[in-house]
Amino acid sequence: MRCVVATSNVKVLGKAVHSLSRIGDELYFEPLSSGLALRCVNSSRSAYGCFLFTPLFFQHYDSGAPPGGLEDSGFRCKMGMKSVQTVFKSLSSLDKTVEKCEIDLNPGGNRLVFQLHCKYGITKTHNLSFQESESLQPVFQKDGYANVLRAQPRLLADTVVHFPPSLEEVNVTVSGERVQFRNHLEDEQDASKMMLTEMSLDADEFESFQVREETGITFCLKELRGLLSFAESSGLPLSMYFDQPGRPVVFGLDDPVLEVNFVLATLSDEETTTHRERNRSRPPQADTSHDDFLSDDMDSYMIAMETSAVGGAEAQPCSTGSDQRRERESDTAACSTRSDHRREREPVTAACSSGSKQQRGRESESEEEEEEELPGTPPQKRFRSLFFGSVLSPYSQGANQTLRNQEVLAEASDSDPEEQEEETAKK
Amino acid sequence: MRFRAKMIDIGCLNHFTRVVNTISKLTKTCTLRLTTDKLYFILSDKVANGGVSMWCELSQGNFFDEFQLEGVSTEHNEIYMDLAAENLSRALKTAHNAKSLKIKLTNKHCPCITVAIELPSLSRVSRVVTHDIPVGVIPKKLWNDFKEPSVPDFDVSIYLPPLKTMKNVVERMKNLSNFLVLEANLNGEMNLKIETDLVSVTTHFKDLGNPSWGDNGSQDSTQDRDPETMMDVKVDIRKLLQFLAGQQVNPSKVICNIVNKRIVHFILLHEDVSLQYFIPAHA
Repeated sequence: MRCVVATSNVKVLGKAVHSLSRIGDELYFEPLSSGLALRCVNSSRSAYGCFLFTPLFFQHYDSGAPPGGLEDSGFRCKMGMKSVQTVFKSLSSLDKTVEKCEIDLNPGGNRLVFQLHCKYGITKTHNLSFQESESLQPVFQKDGYANVLRAQPRLLADTVVHFPPSLEEVNVTVSGERVQFRNHLEDEQDASKMMLTEMSLDADEFESFQVREETGITFCLKELRGLLSFAESSGLPLSMYFDQPGRPVVFGLDDPVLEVNFVLATLSDEETTTHRERNRSRPPQADTSHDDFLSDDMDSYMIAMETSAVGGAEAQPCSTGSDQRRERESDTAACSTRSDHRREREPVTAACSSGSKQQRGRESESEEEEEEELPGTPPQKRFRSLFFGSVLSPYSQGANQTLRNQEVLAEASDSDPEEQEEETAKK
Repeated sequence: MRFRAKMIDIGCLNHFTRVVNTISKLTKTCTLRLTTDKLYFILSDKVANGGVSMWCELSQGNFFDEFQLEGVSTEHNEIYMDLAAENLSRALKTAHNAKSLKIKLTNKHCPCITVAIELPSLSRVSRVVTHDIPVGVIPKKLWNDFKEPSVPDFDVSIYLPPLKTMKNVVERMKNLSNFLVLEANLNGEMNLKIETDLVSVTTHFKDLGNPSWGDNGSQDSTQDRDPETMMDVKVDIRKLLQFLAGQQVNPSKVICNIVNKRIVHFILLHEDVSLQYFIPAHA
């Protein structure tokens, strides 16, 4: 396996690595006959990014596959993201000093060698250790999506800049001729303390605006920012594929030499409905020029306040019907812990060896639906992996089921049938 | 209670943004008071602030093209509210090339100041960004907490040296000590002093000029005093630095009033904005 990347493309490769570093800690490296695939997935499997560099991108490309072009070499590995980032450390100097970048498997077969041939005869060699790994590839069909938007990345970058850098999740709602970006509030967050930002864009601003289903999805912004910075520098139009909540959103860049795909999980229906109900008093603002000044009547609020002892705003209690919140797992990326809330109605299954997990996933899904029918049941905080259909539930589902199905083994010893009848009569 | 205002001019918008940025650097939350002529950003001297207080006044006419206010009642046609200045600052941050800016008091899930920014777009329909900043409306009975501070009976009044220079000096001094003594006299001289067990550092400024306050009581008492006498106040260096570093508005002049060993009072005047900042002496 050997690839050689010429001058200006080295920077592109470096940018791709930095972009993927926003997703996770491990870089999956797979030379295919169709090109070199660099992939990354986050720890909760709710975000995936892939850069596929076609052979045209390289000065020389040998995937190590047997001749004939029908099979792949079968070599695939993963490396620590930080190590690869170190190779492409300062992007600005990469442009100016690096003439060539060679990627080889060393003779011993245990190190991936990145060699940067720089000006003035300097050669920087990085020997990166790797782990053999399974192929990381979610199955998704870009054609299957109801809504496809395409725009210059500048448009999305300009939109995203209005949201605070710390914002985890953003809600995108599309209808007819407009698309709206809104920051999404977690159930725990107090709406009366958070600043809510909303931005709407007209369909005309997009190169292509195809909306077959008016819908809204919520996904994590953090991982997308990595793609946006790459996209902006590439100048390629960015496409966004999505439909119902729960189905992952795909962001793609297309070029003859490079194909980029970022797949992000979205919050499923139930969670977005709760949020929507809470925000019913917030009508979406499509056109503020027709504001009715008279509608901003604070009088009723003021009266209520004068009579209360507290001098300050009181938030309307947000009832979500559940106080049960699972503990955050000690995961470094805050977003990936939060994405543990997510459930996929249609798990994106992986073409890999853990096929048996899919079966379990489907069973749990039907169980989950049954449980939801019980009124007052707190929403289960489980997530389903984007890829494997496996279910990891922070609350052991078994325990909950046991509680419900538990037979009363011993009744209270001081109750006798007559008293019980009286009690039921009183109620 | 209703409030609605609109700003169209880019210059006004940028100026307003700079004022709000300055406020947000001085304090996390403050009180916004709206009257028919003016906007006030107020920080009252509570213990929580370390005794620091601030009063900033803007004439709305110099910023807004439209301004409609209906206060708590007809006799008290004003609104007071608690606001996180940083939120407002963030909302204004990306409005530097806006076509228009509207600010309204709304009651969505809670009382909010809604900032609606119209941005130029690639299509004929503008982009609209709205920010809902939650605020706490302050009832009339608490309005007394937010009275305009009176100019103290100062001992010395002097113009500050260029803020940037002063900031650089104080920044270096911060690494050596937590407290700084600010002293000045009526001869246009000012010293910034710090003293620790190991070292003492003094920076001297000359020919600063002393403002004349016309005939008020302070002036009489100071006339008897020797203009060379230094009046000083010892303050928390971080508070002073916060004041100096946060300045984004380039004021024409900054006046510094010192009440010997009690309090230092800064007044910045820039066109239509006045900002007063009080730092009490460290006990």
